[in-house]
Amino acid sequence: MTHVGAADAPLALDMRDVAKRYGGTQALIDASLSVRPGTVHALLGENGAGKTTLMRIAFGLERPDRGTMHVGGRVARFASAADAIERGVGMVHQHFSLVPVMTVAENIALGGRGRLDLAGIRAGLGSLAERRGFALDPDAVVATLSVAAQQRVELAKALMHDARLLVLDEPTAVLAPGESAELLRWLRAYADAGNAAVLITHKLHEALSVADDVTVLRRGRTVLAASRADASPRSLTAAMIGGDAEPSEGSREAGVDATMHDTGTRGEPVFRATMVTIADERGLVRVWNATTEVWRGEIVGVAAVDGNGQRELLRALAGRLDPVSGTLVRPKNVGFVPEDRHRDAVLLERSLAENVALRGAGARRGVLDWSAVLARTDRLLRALDVRAEGATVAMRTLSGGNQQRVVLARELAAEDGGTPTAVVAENPTRGLDVRATAVVHERLRSAAAEGAAVVVYSSDIDEVLLLADRVLVVYDGRVREVRAERDAVGRAMVGVE
Amino acid sequence: MSATPRRRRTRLVLSQIALAALALVAIVAATAFLLLVGGYSVRDGLVALWSGSLGSWYAITSATLVRAVPLLCTGVAVAIAFRAGVFNIGAEGQLLVGAAAATAVSLATPLVAWSGGVTIILALAAAAVAGGLWAGVAAVLRARFGVLEVISTIMLNFVAVHFVSYLVRGPVQEPTHAYPQSATIAESLHLPRLPGAGRLHAGLLLAIAITAVSGWVVRRTAAGFRLMAVGENPDAAASAGQIDVGRTTTRAFLASGALAGLAGGIELLGVTFALYENLSPGYGFTAIAVALLAGLDPWRVLPTAVLFGALEAGAGAMQRDAGIPSTLVTVIEAALILAAVTVQALRLGRRPNPGRASIAAEP
Repeated sequence: MTHVGAADAPLALDMRDVAKRYGGTQALIDASLSVRPGTVHALLGENGAGKTTLMRIAFGLERPDRGTMHVGGRVARFASAADAIERGVGMVHQHFSLVPVMTVAENIALGGRGRLDLAGIRAGLGSLAERRGFALDPDAVVATLSVAAQQRVELAKALMHDARLLVLDEPTAVLAPGESAELLRWLRAYADAGNAAVLITHKLHEALSVADDVTVLRRGRTVLAASRADASPRSLTAAMIGGDAEPSEGSREAGVDATMHDTGTRGEPVFRATMVTIADERGLVRVWNATTEVWRGEIVGVAAVDGNGQRELLRALAGRLDPVSGTLVRPKNVGFVPEDRHRDAVLLERSLAENVALRGAGARRGVLDWSAVLARTDRLLRALDVRAEGATVAMRTLSGGNQQRVVLARELAAEDGGTPTAVVAENPTRGLDVRATAVVHERLRSAAAEGAAVVVYSSDIDEVLLLADRVLVVYDGRVREVRAERDAVGRAMVGVE
Repeated sequence: MSATPRRRRTRLVLSQIALAALALVAIVAATAFLLLVGGYSVRDGLVALWSGSLGSWYAITSATLVRAVPLLCTGVAVAIAFRAGVFNIGAEGQLLVGAAAATAVSLATPLVAWSGGVTIILALAAAAVAGGLWAGVAAVLRARFGVLEVISTIMLNFVAVHFVSYLVRGPVQEPTHAYPQSATIAESLHLPRLPGAGRLHAGLLLAIAITAVSGWVVRRTAAGFRLMAVGENPDAAASAGQIDVGRTTTRAFLASGALAGLAGGIELLGVTFALYENLSPGYGFTAIAVALLAGLDPWRVLPTAVLFGALEAGAGAMQRDAGIPSTLVTVIEAALILAAVTVQALRLGRRPNPGRASIAAEP
């Protein structure tokens, strides 16, 4: 590969022996990262390994307790993000920092100083589009843009400040496969032009497909720094989780009871949709005349590019949204694991017990039996091996993976503590590390094995194929079943027959 | 953390007692400082503050607790609304229309020998309904048109103040038309005085009962849980809890208004016996401080309502006996609110903090 960065050029970013402590948590102990100019550098690690903290230091959002940092060969001691931007560092966070009601140009202007120069920004966006193939309407209101387009706005913000080192925190977590590929291609070109990019990711194949170099953090330490040629999925996985454990790929057959689908004794379907049309909260019709069934003991995967109506389909099945027409038969108490955990699933400031009590709170009457709730929460925590101090700690004190385990435990248990009849899960492993992802997969499979009807949507097509017995594809509001093969599903998702 | 829940709870209770003691010391110190700066006699001021609020049985009952009664009702009203994420700043207005409704019922009901008790109940019920309806205006504006209740309830306070002004100069003015106030209600409609407690009336018992029941509903019932969930995170309440968020907030709003209206009814039948302007020295506003200082927990409103009742009573005495403007105490009250809100913010900021996580932590 012909990189612009010669061997003797200074490193785009060089962090050595960085340590950072938050209260009682040692987020980073001994982290180092060397990013060569002209490369894409993958930064891997489990949740809580310190990836984001390290990059927040590089972007001036945090100050290290110890360690050195050089940007472009010069010492860097950033007091704020403004200092980092000044030195050509840009960062795209996992959660976008955009003002939804403002236009693209106005959002970009927010970072500036002095006089508001919207015309200059429009011109800048125009030349950005020319140089980097970046199509963005400066006058579009951000709230109306797709997630992928909003991400481009974030990128444009960084590029308008002439960023030569871009940090992207899990950029593909919110993108559809096609969009991810496009972003990664774009990153490649950006690096080939002599810039450097750090890509924080959980996805091994992504790291191996686009990155030139790979660094792995585990519990605040750099445990592996290698070029792509020297890295394999096996060595990276071992470095990330610190043992010889493998990702969960092998367990495909574990919980699936194949006989369920073939015997003639499966009775009534759990979900039955007949010519169902669903509108979103604003009244826009998102799903047209969907007809489908989900039976006991099976996992039905839903694949779709974001915004094609899968969100509404899932919520209608889960009983969170009523269809505008058609007949939809669904059980009364469907477990629902929504994609945006913090917004839709938990009370962050409240105890785990209260979060468990939240399920079914709308229909509950009379006096609450808190001691029963506490006992039930303790049982759920033990069953799922959640590392928490007990049922009375606040949800916020748990890591993302453990929060998701609690949500899953709550939704996978029927009201009486027995097996659930139906579960709908939307991107249930989003933002989780390898180990937590394996737990979620295992739980969904065993729920199906115990007789539940499980519907899983994932924006990762491989995850859909890994879990599902059957696959439904939603494209442009139309729902249809597709053979569970990568090619067929991928083509159906973009509307190609 | 290794402490058992019980030890942790004991520690929590101890720390709260310590905090309360600290607050009292701070109040005294701040008052002394302000007296000094204002050029008044520190000794005279503090003596008046003490003797007017807690210095004698008469002061405790007839001054402090009499003022604590409306603060208790409105404090619980505000706590319930705030818990559900409804920022009802309109307790003052709701209290006033409650008092007006109680006046109307009291004056309009023909008196017969046995009717006193029935009329009292009718008047109090009317006060609660009026307060609820007054809040209902803001509730409908919020539910239908998305009007912020902070703004609508403040505006409705002004409407209520002027409505009372109109009433006492027009429809319900006393027969001689000399004073801007209503006729005095019949003696048989006065809330009974508590024996041996001066001006303190049975409204105190009613207020305590309301507080006890509200606290129980909030902590122990499914409805109380919904209030909390909706206030904490309406999206999760709707999605994970399948709670009707609109209905829950509207109910909290109406209940809050009804309790504030009831406070007005109790005040009229127990203390003022007639409707007039400035019937409330801002109880509905002080209630916000009372509720915030109590952490929006109805049971903890009881001590904070008494504290603010004592401050108001002491302030009156300072003005009367030592010629010190009572606004000085208002400054102290404001400082207290700022301190309480700051402490709360600091606690929230110091995460993770398992100690204050829950109501479920107190089985």
